[in-house]
Amino acid sequence: MSTPLLQVTKLTKRYTLPRAHLLAAPTEVQALQGLSFSLQAGRSLGVVGESGSGKSTLARLVMALESPSSGSVTLDGQDLHALDAAALRQARAGFQMVFQDPFGSLDPRQPVGRIVAEPLAAQGVLSRAEQAERVGAMLDAVGLHAADADKYPHEFSGGQRQRIAIARALVTSPRLIVADEPVSALDVSVQAQVLNLMQDLQDRLGVTYLFISHDLAVVDLVCDEVIVLYQGRVVEQGSPETLFNHAAHPYTRALMAAVPRAQPGARRRGAVAAVPWLDAPGGCPFVGRCPDRVAHCGQARPALRALDDQHGVACHVAGGSQFNHSDQENTP
Amino acid sequence: MSSTPLLDVQDLCVTLRTARGPAAALRGLSFRIERGQTLGLIGESGCGKSLTALALMGLLPDSAQVSGSMRLQGQQLVGLPEDDWCRLRGHRMAMVFQEPMTALNPLHPIGRQIAESLRLHKRLDARAARAEALRLLQQVQLPQAERRLDAYPHQLSGGQRQRVVIAMALACGPDLLIADEPTTALDVTIQREVLDLIAQLVQDLGMALLLISHDLGVMAETVQRMMVMYGGQVVESGATASVFEHLAHPYTQGLFAARPRLGLPRGHRLATIPGRVPALADLPAGCAFADRCGRATQACRQATPPLVPVADGHQARCIHLSEAAWA
Repeated sequence: MSTPLLQVTKLTKRYTLPRAHLLAAPTEVQALQGLSFSLQAGRSLGVVGESGSGKSTLARLVMALESPSSGSVTLDGQDLHALDAAALRQARAGFQMVFQDPFGSLDPRQPVGRIVAEPLAAQGVLSRAEQAERVGAMLDAVGLHAADADKYPHEFSGGQRQRIAIARALVTSPRLIVADEPVSALDVSVQAQVLNLMQDLQDRLGVTYLFISHDLAVVDLVCDEVIVLYQGRVVEQGSPETLFNHAAHPYTRALMAAVPRAQPGARRRGAVAAVPWLDAPGGCPFVGRCPDRVAHCGQARPALRALDDQHGVACHVAGGSQFNHSDQENTP
Repeated sequence: MSSTPLLDVQDLCVTLRTARGPAAALRGLSFRIERGQTLGLIGESGCGKSLTALALMGLLPDSAQVSGSMRLQGQQLVGLPEDDWCRLRGHRMAMVFQEPMTALNPLHPIGRQIAESLRLHKRLDARAARAEALRLLQQVQLPQAERRLDAYPHQLSGGQRQRVVIAMALACGPDLLIADEPTTALDVTIQREVLDLIAQLVQDLGMALLLISHDLGVMAETVQRMMVMYGGQVVESGATASVFEHLAHPYTQGLFAARPRLGLPRGHRLATIPGRVPALADLPAGCAFADRCGRATQACRQATPPLVPVADGHQARCIHLSEAAWA
């Protein structure tokens, strides 16, 4: 295999919470706990999980909007968090982001042309005229018109605004696009248009997506590989076919069971317990909600192990190979 | 019990004043709900589904013109003075909003927010209202309810906040619960729990539920009857099973086909509905969906199509239904 475009290695992020009262020791929350994965150029990696699983923290770290507590993010051989401010600014041309809310992510006081040109202006390489030409080409590529550059965001519908956001992300010809829930704020029919557009752009431009979504069906459609996050750890990874047809981790199965199907009368109740059992120190983080748990799960944290070469799972019980102690380690 | 339906809406029209002139936002909406029944309203943004909820709750802007009839157990709501609305809202009918963080006041503990309507409508004293608030939090299965009475909204997760909002809505034992996209802001697993909770409460307490959602999957699993809205009108209505079986209206078909589903092959192109939802200020004459419809003919653009029966209790607003055999 060639060198991956994006390499995330043992990424950890801790946030300090405010003290509960004046004399209490500040508590910490581990948003990401030693996350590692790699992504080949031109492919799409889906990240799924519930809120609080670390999806958005991962996006912010990959975008170098925040620094990790430890670990590294390497894009094209460059460790993003080791760059100085000027070098990072130049490097940003190579990775851009599409946000969830197309109403909040576009400045209402700027014309679309200025919004889309902003990443170019920040790079400061192209002249105004060259920027305008590039903006026109990008608006065209996302199915809008070059003449739309003079309009303001409020003149566009939600789906069109998300197209503008995608044009802005693509304007510097980045190799990686981090898309954080890019269609979850859109109507169903418009969501389909934007998903089709993102796939077309990938085919034409060879762009790589880190695609964050809570919607398993969307990830299944767009991605070549999927990682499932739970409390800042990868609990399962593999191709969407493997993952969604042969989900090994009980959490992945719970996520899938919760997806509403458009089949009337098919009510399924009580998929997973409501409350995560906050912290089983040293044990599996999912143990409190897990229907398959055995005594051992509360004691040793399962490491990610391969079920086959396309499919990894962090579970003692999954795949039948129970308590294979050589597979386990207590990650710090 | 008399035969008066709990909620009877007949030919409800709402016209909003906009910068571009009057907009016919709701155009002749008619439906009924009885206690213990669940009705779903589905459609995309701008179709009028949230406006229906606001009209039912008396929360339309003052400039809106309302005609037609909305009767809650026989009581006419159209033209009701604000004082009377205040006695109904939160008491006889209550609403669960989409975004629990904005529906809750960040500056007040949740116990106090739940107690508010109890003190107002039921005239409970502070102690009794607090005890009732605790019972409600337990009813909506908020973990550690006792400790959480004095918690602030920011100390709760999204799912927990939505449980609090539901507890507030249930406080006075409403006859009608309106839930406007109650789970859109939540994770799928939490969505499942909140929908189950709402369904269970509707069953246990014998309320009527009007559920508004853009998600066909949510509809399929939660409501007995559903109405598909487009351009301020109902374009298809019927028992949920029947609507899913027939998918009579081209718009319903389009919504169904555009859904990403698990198991589609990578690179599969989703069917899209071309164009976009028309602005309410300039709806086309005739069928509102004609400009986006593959079946549209000249006749579609001339007059608003009538509701045509599809099956028992199931109607669709399309003049091409007899050609329903099309793929």
